[in-house]
Amino acid sequence: MRLTKPAKAGTYESNDIYIMIYPTEEDTFIEIESIVSELYGKHIRQVIEAVLKEHNLTNVYVKAIDKGALDYAIRSRMLTAIKRGLEHE
Amino acid sequence: MKINGYKENFELFTSVDLHKTSKLIYPNKNNLSKDKYRDSLDKLLDELPLKDGMTISFHHHLRNGDYVLNMVMEKIAQRNIHDITIFASSLFPCHKPIVDLIEKGIVTRIYAAYISGPVAEAISFGKLEKVCVMHTHGGRVRLVESGDVKIDLAFIASPTCDKLGNISGKHGKSACGSLGYAVTDAQYAEIAVAITDNYVDHIDEYEIEGRYIDYIVSVPSIGDPKGIVSGTTQITRNPIGLKIARLAADVIRYSGYFRNGFSFQTGAGGASLAVSYYLKQIMREHQIKGSFASGGITGYIVEMLEAGLFDKLYDVQCFDLEAVRSIRENKNHIAISASKYANINDDAIVNDLDFVILGATEIDLDFNVNVTTSSTGIIMGGSGGHADTASGSKVTIIVSPLFNARIPLIKERVLCRTTPGESVDVLVTERGIAVNPKRTDLLENFKRTNLPIVSIEELKEITDKYLGVPEEIALGDKVVAVIEYRDGTVIDMLRQKLNR
Repeated sequence: MRLTKPAKAGTYESNDIYIMIYPTEEDTFIEIESIVSELYGKHIRQVIEAVLKEHNLTNVYVKAIDKGALDYAIRSRMLTAIKRGLEHE
Repeated sequence: MKINGYKENFELFTSVDLHKTSKLIYPNKNNLSKDKYRDSLDKLLDELPLKDGMTISFHHHLRNGDYVLNMVMEKIAQRNIHDITIFASSLFPCHKPIVDLIEKGIVTRIYAAYISGPVAEAISFGKLEKVCVMHTHGGRVRLVESGDVKIDLAFIASPTCDKLGNISGKHGKSACGSLGYAVTDAQYAEIAVAITDNYVDHIDEYEIEGRYIDYIVSVPSIGDPKGIVSGTTQITRNPIGLKIARLAADVIRYSGYFRNGFSFQTGAGGASLAVSYYLKQIMREHQIKGSFASGGITGYIVEMLEAGLFDKLYDVQCFDLEAVRSIRENKNHIAISASKYANINDDAIVNDLDFVILGATEIDLDFNVNVTTSSTGIIMGGSGGHADTASGSKVTIIVSPLFNARIPLIKERVLCRTTPGESVDVLVTERGIAVNPKRTDLLENFKRTNLPIVSIEELKEITDKYLGVPEEIALGDKVVAVIEYRDGTVIDMLRQKLNR
């Protein structure tokens, strides 16, 4: 599946994550800025990758700005962003 | 092991049984000169025997509003003096200009009980040529009286100073209340200089005696009042913080040590303050009156004194304007020196404490606490009185949420050990209370209550379930800081932070 348009979800509040997703012609690419990147950077990437995989999404550029969100918050912000990105005008 | 800039014959920490040295130096200064006043810092510095390699001391009662340290160091740097050791009781973000002096090799070593802000970062990333020694508030006095550190020059920020050099922190536009940490500097420095913005003829009540002071310099301002004391310290409104505070107050109540004449200390953090709020209710409900509260004092503790809930306050440092007002007005609000507060060679107040409420950035399964670095190994604090009060008090209670913004409290092993687990008794979190297994007395007393007692291992499992197990933090080989326990034994060594 491919996104129809760019979309975003989340906030910059502490304990939340801000997700931006863009359709792209290139391969999927994930960029993460996180206040806990040294402790959980790899883990956060895995959570994002898993959600993309569950939706069979390809050719997406994900930019995540994380303020210490837990897995369920990351997943729900991803789901919302994807839902918005799949909507038609 | 050889650490650049640290004594070679150091001893490693083995237990909380204190290593005491019998040979102590006692202050014997008696400078009664009537010619101490100099009208500018420059004129005085022309007169002083400045030299490379000297140790210069400062106190931190003006906290993040301090002008004196930067003012003095800037002028000394202009005089082309190098290899200086700064012996400061604490350093704050306002001391950012020191980073430049570190990079130029003008400042090569630092001693402090607490460091936050740019200087702390510079040290963590290995910019300081020699080592940084992080001691406790009580340990700082011991360092000097044992001869481990010799202060060549002390610059004492003085809110009010008279012609004889008597110094008071209670009056003047830069009033900060108690001057507890500065007493050692005055007593032991080869040359002690009072820097004041309120030079008066005569003061009757003072915290530092003029006979220890050699010179007095007047400057327009020693600090920014906004940074010196906060207006009113507020109790947390965060429901998690309040829950933890309520549980901590219940821990006190059911501990077996809550009785008439008990003593108490807490910090100025929002959650710690909230403990006093609940404690106050419990004290009223059970008609229990305390003997004293100590430490850094806030308006909240003053209120308890004025409500008759404590007989006395022993104050080494005032945290807010209410505390400064109270120390001026209440005769039972008593200024004490750092030595009287926490020195192992003194009859210290911390040894008479029943309860202390403390924070933690990390705690491990052996109850060791880190308040020195962040969970990624960057210095952002230090013991202050943490290890001193934990060691002295009968019940040491750590209050903290299990995690916040995905930063876990409980680790397999703390990155940096500030306070040994042996001296930590209870951990209170929003999801349960863990008691150090060696405190069988507390465990027994809590059995008869409905307090949510769990093991610290269980609390770690809960954390890991929500957060996952964190990656290891890789640090370099260079030792950037030595962490001294209150008796001067080395309890940990912090290694260089390599990258962000």
